[in-house]
Amino acid sequence: METLFLLGKGNANQKISSFFVTELAGNPSSYLHYGHSSTGKTFLSRKIIEAKGAPQAFVNCIECQSQRLLYEDILGELSGMLPCVQNDYARYARCETANDFVRLLKNLIANEKWEKETVYIVLDNAERLRNMEGHILPVFLRLSELSDCNVCVILLTQIIWEKFNATSGYLDPVKINFPDYSKNELLQIMTLDAPKEYSVAFYSSYVNLLLSIFHMACRDLSELRHLALINFPKYIEPIEKGDATEGDAHKLWRNIEPHLKKALQTVFLREVSSSQWEQYQLSDTSTLPPLLSARAHVELPFYSKFLLIAAYLASYNPAKSDRRFFAKSHGKIRQTKRMKKAETSSQLTGPKAFQLERLMAIFYSIVDVRVAPTAHIFSQISTLVTLQLLSQIGSGDQLDAPKYRCCVSLDFIRSVARTVNFEVMKYLYEFAA
Amino acid sequence: MVKKKEYGLKEADDEVWDKVQDLLRARICQNSLPENMDGTFQSQREHLTDLIRRCATIGESNSALVIGPSGAGKTMLMSSILSELAKDSKISGNILQVHLNGLLQTDDRLAVQEITRQLRLENTIKDRVFGSMAEKLSFLLEALKKDEGKSQSILFVLEEFDLFAHHKNQTLLYNLFDISQSEQTPVTVIGLTCRLDVVELLEKRVKSRFSHRQIHLFHSLSFEQACKVCEDALTLPLNYLSKKFCTEWNSHVKEFLQERIVENSLRHLYDLDKSIRSVYSILLIPICRLGPSHPRLDSADVLDALKMSSCDSKSAMLQGLTILQLCLIIAMKHLAELYEGSNINFEMVYNEYQKFVQKKSHSIQCFGKPVCLKAFEQLIVLELVRPVEGSGFTGAKLTPKEYRSLKLLVTPLQVVETLNSFSGCPSELKMWATNPLPS
Repeated sequence: METLFLLGKGNANQKISSFFVTELAGNPSSYLHYGHSSTGKTFLSRKIIEAKGAPQAFVNCIECQSQRLLYEDILGELSGMLPCVQNDYARYARCETANDFVRLLKNLIANEKWEKETVYIVLDNAERLRNMEGHILPVFLRLSELSDCNVCVILLTQIIWEKFNATSGYLDPVKINFPDYSKNELLQIMTLDAPKEYSVAFYSSYVNLLLSIFHMACRDLSELRHLALINFPKYIEPIEKGDATEGDAHKLWRNIEPHLKKALQTVFLREVSSSQWEQYQLSDTSTLPPLLSARAHVELPFYSKFLLIAAYLASYNPAKSDRRFFAKSHGKIRQTKRMKKAETSSQLTGPKAFQLERLMAIFYSIVDVRVAPTAHIFSQISTLVTLQLLSQIGSGDQLDAPKYRCCVSLDFIRSVARTVNFEVMKYLYEFAA
Repeated sequence: MVKKKEYGLKEADDEVWDKVQDLLRARICQNSLPENMDGTFQSQREHLTDLIRRCATIGESNSALVIGPSGAGKTMLMSSILSELAKDSKISGNILQVHLNGLLQTDDRLAVQEITRQLRLENTIKDRVFGSMAEKLSFLLEALKKDEGKSQSILFVLEEFDLFAHHKNQTLLYNLFDISQSEQTPVTVIGLTCRLDVVELLEKRVKSRFSHRQIHLFHSLSFEQACKVCEDALTLPLNYLSKKFCTEWNSHVKEFLQERIVENSLRHLYDLDKSIRSVYSILLIPICRLGPSHPRLDSADVLDALKMSSCDSKSAMLQGLTILQLCLIIAMKHLAELYEGSNINFEMVYNEYQKFVQKKSHSIQCFGKPVCLKAFEQLIVLELVRPVEGSGFTGAKLTPKEYRSLKLLVTPLQVVETLNSFSGCPSELKMWATNPLPS
């Protein structure tokens, strides 16, 4: 596995390892490693520093929402005193400010006699540092100057340096780009996953096939490996059954193709767990697992459904068209071509806000039976708001005329309408002929 | 340490090269003033030295600001002056130093704590409670007085001085300047900052106590001097390693710097940024690559370094996108041109994308909305696309995410350039990037 990721990283690898020489005094005070996810930023940094045997602290900034946690994590990692059961969850020291941090770091280095070595501090997801107090990022960038020690800070991020709002007083780090894997490199790396039972060439051709389908939408190595892994049992199914041999590339392809196409529609989504997916593949049914077919399946009371439909209509229809859809005698429909062309489709611009009165008016006209305006009905509106199917706009102080917006998609409202036998398309301004 | 055997550039082994790298990298990466730079900043140096000396010997209080752009050598100048003065026992024995940094002491409470620590008065102060900062400071100074019998001169060096001006009520600055005006203790306050307008940041009562001594440092390096700095940085002292090696190396350095490519790159860098730091940055890669198998500074490495420092990181990130994401970006680019100024949301982008795919379905696969949305969200994470402020953040919860208005942060030119150098990019996509679909 170790050599796995370094493949094809030759360029970046060489660039970086030439920078990292521990015994030496001179190190730039900070580096910025940037690149897409799973291009080996963390892995490579870790490997190289470990190879040097230098004191190191790896901290992920996602875990640290305050500067105190960040400092204490770094000191803990460096000193090897992380809170655990054995030491009764003690920490190296209490450290709340940058001032304390630099002082404690100095002490630590003096105590451990690390003056000759370079101490590496690696901050993963460094873009999070931007959200902390303004002075933290510059402190880390010039940490070696501030602490007067041989400290090197490595920032790992997916975001380019320009977005770090670099103003004056920032010491620019040495920026190293981690390029993405090319298709060939992906193929080489993923081939290393080949299971023992099958030949490498066979697995390689499988991966090649997989890449030809997925590469368009996904270049993320870990996602692709996951896909390769969960679809492989399906691929070899004919061989297991004895219908085909390893050489029958065409037959295998015909077998797997529809499955991969289906997987393509859910790439990255991970709506189902791997085990569910495998189960679905084994079951040989053409229907997707229930989770997959209805992405948001909500069961609502009868009137709530109508309220939601009314809200949808109010959000997506212009108010002036209400007369045409809901009034008993709307007169002649006069629709000039100019009028229709002028506006962009409301399906594209998104839902508009509407007033409660309009919602209720539409609601009464689309429900067949007579409904009394009781508190039950109104409480259902607030339930819809809590379910985030509707959203209330503006502050809550407008008691008499609250405004709402409908937050559900067209597909969702159609499936809701179907359950109550309501033809919603007929009432939508854009779709009604 | 020095090997007895004489060896030249080619025979040197790992150990020798490690030593060479050690010295050269230390020179380049650390914030020390290059040797033989005494000529520059001579008047400023004298001025500052004089201030500190007068404080130490005659007991004169003073305050001054050293102002200059970052990388001009403020900190270097200060530390070189202090190390020079430290040699003079008359001065060094007579003055205490307190170093504060605006980045570390982010409020006045911390600053006073740090002052106490640096003056070694933690024991004296213990749990004593003070009504005000002025009281505490004067107590500290009083404590020093009793130790010595006569008052002790103190030098305060405040780095990132402008940050201290943002502290509440500027209490620390007020007190320091106030002490420097009064007779209590001889105190010299020297602030280092890169803000030219720093005096305007001071409150009136603070400003009136400041002596208004401003010492300006600017990048005064001429190009010839910059080349000299490079040469000095690379030259090895003759007694450092084997003599033969060093002479060979030094003559190689001279040749290297005269190479046309190297000189041009240096000139290019110098025209962009005159600070020594930027000149040094180009030398880092050639030095790092030195070794037994690569015993010479290489002009190709210099070009590499220049390319690395000037590379457009956004284009580099664009190269790593998937075809699907590129499609979305192109769609967004066209929409931005179409609806100048008005908001774009994901629904519109997806609609545009579908229009394209339906026309060219034979070469580009069509993806469902959820997959596209996911790919699109990845673009937001990479900050290539950003939600418009106001509608995006305050009302984020209220609008469904498909309809949040967004902004593309990639220029049309960058898109076209990316596609041209993108490996395996379908030609339809390139066509689409330059010509919008007929509506």
